[in-house]
Amino acid sequence: MEHAAGLFNLERQGHIYSRISNPTVAALEERLAALEGGVGAIATASGMSAMFLAIATLMGSGSHIVSSSSLYGGSNNLLGTTLPRFGIETTFVHPRDTDGFRDAIRPETRLVFGETLGNPGLEIMDVTAVAEIAHEAGVPFMLDNTFATPYLFRPFEWGVDLIYHSITKFIGGHGVAIGGALIDGGTFDWDASGRFPTLTEPYPSYHGLKFTEEFGTQAFIIRARVEGLRDFGAPLAPQNAFYILQGTETLSVRMQKHIENTRKVVEFLDGRDEVAWISYPELADHPDHDRAAQLMPDGCGAILAFGIEGGRDAGRRFIERLQVFSHLANVGDAKSLVIHPASTTHSTMDADQLARAGVGEDLVRLSVGLEDSSDLLGDLAAGLRASRR
Amino acid sequence: MRIEVDRAAVSATTGGRPPDPDRPLVLFLHGAALDRTVWQLQTRYFSHHGYSVMAVDLPGHGRSGGAPLSSIKTYSDWVASLLASAGYSSAHVVGHSMGGLIALDTASRHPGLVSTLTMVGPAAAIPVHPALLAAAEAGDHIAYELMASWGHGRRSHLGGHQTPGIWMMGSTIRLWERAAEGVLASDLRACDGYRRGAEAATEVRCPSLLISGSRDVMTPHRAAAPLRRNLRDVREVVIEGAGHIMIVEQPDPVIDALAGFLADSSPS
Repeated sequence: MEHAAGLFNLERQGHIYSRISNPTVAALEERLAALEGGVGAIATASGMSAMFLAIATLMGSGSHIVSSSSLYGGSNNLLGTTLPRFGIETTFVHPRDTDGFRDAIRPETRLVFGETLGNPGLEIMDVTAVAEIAHEAGVPFMLDNTFATPYLFRPFEWGVDLIYHSITKFIGGHGVAIGGALIDGGTFDWDASGRFPTLTEPYPSYHGLKFTEEFGTQAFIIRARVEGLRDFGAPLAPQNAFYILQGTETLSVRMQKHIENTRKVVEFLDGRDEVAWISYPELADHPDHDRAAQLMPDGCGAILAFGIEGGRDAGRRFIERLQVFSHLANVGDAKSLVIHPASTTHSTMDADQLARAGVGEDLVRLSVGLEDSSDLLGDLAAGLRASRR
Repeated sequence: MRIEVDRAAVSATTGGRPPDPDRPLVLFLHGAALDRTVWQLQTRYFSHHGYSVMAVDLPGHGRSGGAPLSSIKTYSDWVASLLASAGYSSAHVVGHSMGGLIALDTASRHPGLVSTLTMVGPAAAIPVHPALLAAAEAGDHIAYELMASWGHGRRSHLGGHQTPGIWMMGSTIRLWERAAEGVLASDLRACDGYRRGAEAATEVRCPSLLISGSRDVMTPHRAAAPLRRNLRDVREVVIEGAGHIMIVEQPDPVIDALAGFLADSSPS
């Protein structure tokens, strides 16, 4: 009885209820924290719930976020449409407009946010410069590192404070289990900032507990668990944690194969008349080519975008002809995937929003899988021929 | 909480409850270049089980001001000043690693202040290899990595932290990284320079508890032999499978050993 009371009072640690923690899920959380080099992690029901958990832990009504404008459509919806209803506003800044992040920060800003590789334009922010801008203002910097994975890029080593993932993608590797993860670098000085009373002031729900005083570098991730998972729910299901744990064991070899195949696909598309343009940061004409070489020398992920000559109709014929690539909104599967964002993932955006997010009507996004590369190139060749008919 | 000691601000956690002068004080002292938060579970437990609690950031550590002190002796004199500033005439003093040496020296040279002495990761001396000291002095990150590797028992290298989702190797390294420049080197020099542990043990008048980890390679069990021999009223607990940072690796056995010892040592 006394031990149970101690668990609820955070005098003893352990598992109370699987909404808050679970042994299988905790094994995955520790490994993800270790892969990213953080102090701790929380695995959640999806990447979106990880993102929301971070926001709900840091701020409330009247707060403000500065975000890259090049985001996954779901993230864009949460920030741009849903959160304003709860009194949290977001200013969007183009990921290459580094000074724009500084200009957008207000006294009520509580988070600067972006994606390691913008979706779907694959923009790469000047991570260290944006981190410095955020820190000068006393605000943490969070990155969605889903596309890169810690195998290719470890954001905490470049000044980022918080990371989240959709672990449905490359970390799981199979696409059979949905999940997310929020990881705390333990680097941000919440006390010095003075902007985060949820972490520095007494919390009535735990009899006046001050998270930074008692948990120091772990203040954020512990508050996110004991409040966020307790009150909002959305933990990762233990069975899904088991599936995703299997994926983490092969992350390094899978990412090597993803990169090997992606480079072959990029080289192939680069020589085709049916292709108007290709966006992949390793290409010399990509605006972030130099930054990619600095931040991600082992590869810039397995997702690329290209424009197809002939616009929307040609894109439809291309996708319908593909047999090895699956037409899916997901990315990061073992299987190769293809999507036309303007009609699917980003379909709720109007023309202005599409333009701001860098999504043209001709844009096709590929997530390159682990198949034999000759099968992939043959499939793409057939699709491109069909696009011309 | 914040108090002032020797004209410098000292940060402490009280385990979630304000100190009660009518309750005996348990004072927790952290190890080299760490801070109060390594005691996060022990402080919450004892503050909710009949004690006043203070886990301090030593000078120049964590959120405390000033610079780290240069020797175990100056740290133990500082503990005496701390208790006076906080308004306590005595305390159960609990120290981990370097904090254990400070607790031992305090019990030896300020015996009236120490009701009981607990050394976690105990040793009569903590000599530091010159290569580790050189790495710490150079601010080389390898110093943190080596200490995290040696400091945690092998089982802890694989995970399994009692606090769900916390990666203890990374958490410990992050504490060292966040320490101000030169703090680790200063503390390691203080440990290396303390050679009177065996003698100090003969001067301790209060009951003592030694909590060791069976897999501790930084202060291995044999390093506490002079303490076991010279402390006049000593109890020993060995935590199976734990390494040097057992307060983080296995917080519950540490709590249980300390709770039993304090209960048995308190006047009935």
